[in-house]
Amino acid sequence: MTAVHDEVLSFDEAMEKYDPALGFEVHVELNTRTKMFSSAPNGFGDTPNTNITPVDLGLPGVLPVVNRVAVESSIKIGLALGCKIAERSHFARKNYFYPDTPKNFQTSQYDEPIAYDGAIDIELADGTVFTVEIERAHMEEDAGKLTHMGGATGRIQGAEFSLVDYNRAGVPLVEIVTKPILGAGRRAPELAKAYVAAIREIVKNLGVSDARMERGNVRCDANVSLMPKGSTTLGTRTETKNVNSLRSVEHAVTYEIQRHAAVLDSGAAIVQETRHWHEDTRSTTAGRPKSDADDYRYFPEPDLVPVVTNDAWIEKLRSELPEPPAERRKRLQADWGYSDAEFRDVVNAGVMSSVEDTVAAGVSPAVARKWWMGEISRRAKIADVEPAELGVTPELIVELNALIETGKINDKLSREVLDGVLAGEGTPAEVVEARGLAVVSDDGPLLEAIDGALAAQPDVAEKIRGGKVQAVGAIVGGVMKATRGQADAGRVRELILQRLGVEG
Amino acid sequence: MSEIIRLSAAALAQKLQSREVSAVDATQAHLDRIAAVDGSINAFLHVNTEEALLVAAEVDKARADGDTLHPLAGVPIAVKDLIVTKGQPTTAGSKILEGWHSPYDATVIRRLREARMPILGKTNLDEFAMGSSTEHSAYGPTRNPWDLDRIPGGSGGGSAAAVAAFEAPLALGTDTGGSIRQPGAVTGTVGVKPTYGGVSRYGAIAMASSLDQIGPVSRTVLDAALLHEVIGGHDPHDSTSLTDPVGALVEAARRGEVKGLRVGVIKELSGEGYQTGVLNRFAESLELLRGAGAEIVEVSCPNFKYALGAYYLIMPSEASSNLAKYDGVRFGLRVVPEGAPTIERVMGATRAAGFGDEVKRRIILGTYALSAGYYDAYYGSAQKVRTLIQRDFNAAFTQADVLISPTAPTTAFRLGEKLDDPLAMYLNDVATIPANMAGIPGLSLPNGLADEDNLPVGIQLLAPARQDARLYRVGAVLESLLEDKWGGPLLAQAPEIAGVK
Repeated sequence: MTAVHDEVLSFDEAMEKYDPALGFEVHVELNTRTKMFSSAPNGFGDTPNTNITPVDLGLPGVLPVVNRVAVESSIKIGLALGCKIAERSHFARKNYFYPDTPKNFQTSQYDEPIAYDGAIDIELADGTVFTVEIERAHMEEDAGKLTHMGGATGRIQGAEFSLVDYNRAGVPLVEIVTKPILGAGRRAPELAKAYVAAIREIVKNLGVSDARMERGNVRCDANVSLMPKGSTTLGTRTETKNVNSLRSVEHAVTYEIQRHAAVLDSGAAIVQETRHWHEDTRSTTAGRPKSDADDYRYFPEPDLVPVVTNDAWIEKLRSELPEPPAERRKRLQADWGYSDAEFRDVVNAGVMSSVEDTVAAGVSPAVARKWWMGEISRRAKIADVEPAELGVTPELIVELNALIETGKINDKLSREVLDGVLAGEGTPAEVVEARGLAVVSDDGPLLEAIDGALAAQPDVAEKIRGGKVQAVGAIVGGVMKATRGQADAGRVRELILQRLGVEG
Repeated sequence: MSEIIRLSAAALAQKLQSREVSAVDATQAHLDRIAAVDGSINAFLHVNTEEALLVAAEVDKARADGDTLHPLAGVPIAVKDLIVTKGQPTTAGSKILEGWHSPYDATVIRRLREARMPILGKTNLDEFAMGSSTEHSAYGPTRNPWDLDRIPGGSGGGSAAAVAAFEAPLALGTDTGGSIRQPGAVTGTVGVKPTYGGVSRYGAIAMASSLDQIGPVSRTVLDAALLHEVIGGHDPHDSTSLTDPVGALVEAARRGEVKGLRVGVIKELSGEGYQTGVLNRFAESLELLRGAGAEIVEVSCPNFKYALGAYYLIMPSEASSNLAKYDGVRFGLRVVPEGAPTIERVMGATRAAGFGDEVKRRIILGTYALSAGYYDAYYGSAQKVRTLIQRDFNAAFTQADVLISPTAPTTAFRLGEKLDDPLAMYLNDVATIPANMAGIPGLSLPNGLADEDNLPVGIQLLAPARQDARLYRVGAVLESLLEDKWGGPLLAQAPEIAGVK
């Protein structure tokens, strides 16, 4: 895509003049075994057009049947977002022609969603908490996937032909819609990112979605509008579609704020439209005009009966909910005794669950933190993966730590042991053995190395004999070098002083 | 004419069970009849010779082996071409589906196969079941066996004509506003629209989902009950399918009884607009029922006057959405216009070429009625009328056990007579539509010939939802009283089909 840069104001200037209002529509793909309205498998990455039944192709005569598990997942999402659950909700048909939509209508909840009127607290990196109100969470079906071939842009315009894969058609979606979010000010982009991250965390924690943004399991449409400082009337909004990474959400909101500010400053009006986000140029381009008069000719889906819930069912699902992420964080911080800063670092590094598992496996919170925030995070950064994806198990850390605590190895050696384990050379103990990494605890070889070091630096030896005990470090360094770090430095020090007949 | 084809399904089933007649012979006799007369009638869009004979042969073998078979095993049946079938084309009477083969069977077809009923073929209909004369078929009109210049009703004219012309003892139809019952009335056959949800719609190509219902077409009330029991009952593929068991319909038909029964004559469904011969036969039928011990009462359903208008908003609205899938992308006709066609132009050209005028008319009506700004006035109001009609029925059923009316206001009209006047065409369904709007069951049976034109007249019985058995109980009595009067079935009075020896 060629970069078409609209005029933008600097973010600071935009914030001096305007207050942003945000709104999000986040689509969450559920990880049910089958689709929303058919028995076709709900899978990712399979051969195109294999996860389909006549229902998913919209063949003549087919009828939908609601997936009960998808309804339960939707109720759980609603409950986790603090929503009320409708006693009776209904599907409607949203009519529009598009080749990725087999029936040329999408079956979606319209005026009677399963969940409504909720709120969640979003914590920013510095601990500030924003409450985001949820208007509704409703059930619908995903569309198929189009691949446009032969054009320069990969878009439908200019393509020679298009391929369509209906494997995704009918995958259950829950669309979570916020009320307008006001008062975020210059933290709007940060809040946008944190909100989407929170939704992702919630649905993942519930186990109802794989929540992998890179696979489109969580997709965000970000609405932005500006109002002049002091005004309370919402401005005209734009909706940036399919912003599909946390970083992009932050950037897209920043960009739209800057672009809106420039348009408004020029005296022009914002066009109510959808915008496409371009990660490469970090900018948006105009999509199709969108207005409240968009006519989807919604009407109640006559092929489905209403989804009726009852208190017993809802309470049963509520009792199955896992601990909410925010409460879990509070509990873990208290349990571990971390300072606010320490805990935030752990959370931001994405290793909280790993630390939790490692503590549970039997090391102290301090040791778990040392490993995950230290060596493992360092390696993850180099490999450009998440720390949890390195393959370091809590049990491995427990074993490494035990080796350190019993004096078999030291910190420095433990890294080499980790190398060996990750390279598939066996358990930590086996790696220590195979690589000959154990701390040298036999005094014989140490004394030999000490004599060598003393002989190499006779002037230093003299100084120590003369009472300058602090000079011993140079000899210790020499010994450690000679033993390739496999010596216990404390023991080396003791032996040097003994050798020279000096009291430590 | 072979005697086999004159038999009712129940009588044929008896002869098959006693091995007096083989299923192959029964099937072949009907195939022969189709070959002989269907050139004149055009009831069939596809004849399923090979498979029908194969199924029949299997039935004969199983019977010879002493297997326990369904009572209707080996009884052949015709299927309205709105119901999808594996191994045969399904067109819905439209060019847009010409040559399309369904990869799956409708639930009712699956049940026919389980009962081992040979499927003779697919019958003609108004395109997507939109019409009351079968003249809107893309494959030419079906003709009424009583008079080849007249319509066989619609949309299920093919199924009704096939049964009336002895091409099949049984057929499946679909009824959205009268498409089973009105063709039954004008061809002298029996047609039943079951309670909404009583028969699975899975595999019935949708016109108006909240109104469509599959049902039996036959020559006798008992035969309809036999077929109804085969196809009825819960289907997990249809969310609107009732969970109740289908009920003892055959027993109800065998043990007809009207003594002490309150029969409600719907005041609004007679009089002005109804042909004299239709009203005369209706009055006679009431007298027969009264003579058999029924109490005839008059009931009023004041909101029925809005039924036709509301129906012509709800039906096209749902149809406009149901027919959106015919776009040339996944199946059926695809028309690629000249030049550099966009997807929109391909869809537009396909739909322009593939749909007939009546279908386009209803899609446009429905699209308009659902549009923002018009929804409340049209679709919303029509749904309110629907509620009022349901209330009228509820009130009427406190005064009567079954309701009764003529099935259609007139006998069969001439081909082409109403083709240019959609409103006149729509009025054919004025008496049948209320049952669809309320989801209640209705049965039409022949009750004589009109004095003016000597053409069949039908009478309609209506019962509360889930009380389909009541229709069979009353229908069987009235049928037997009428046949006693006529000295045999009404169809015995039908003329030989012209051009056929």
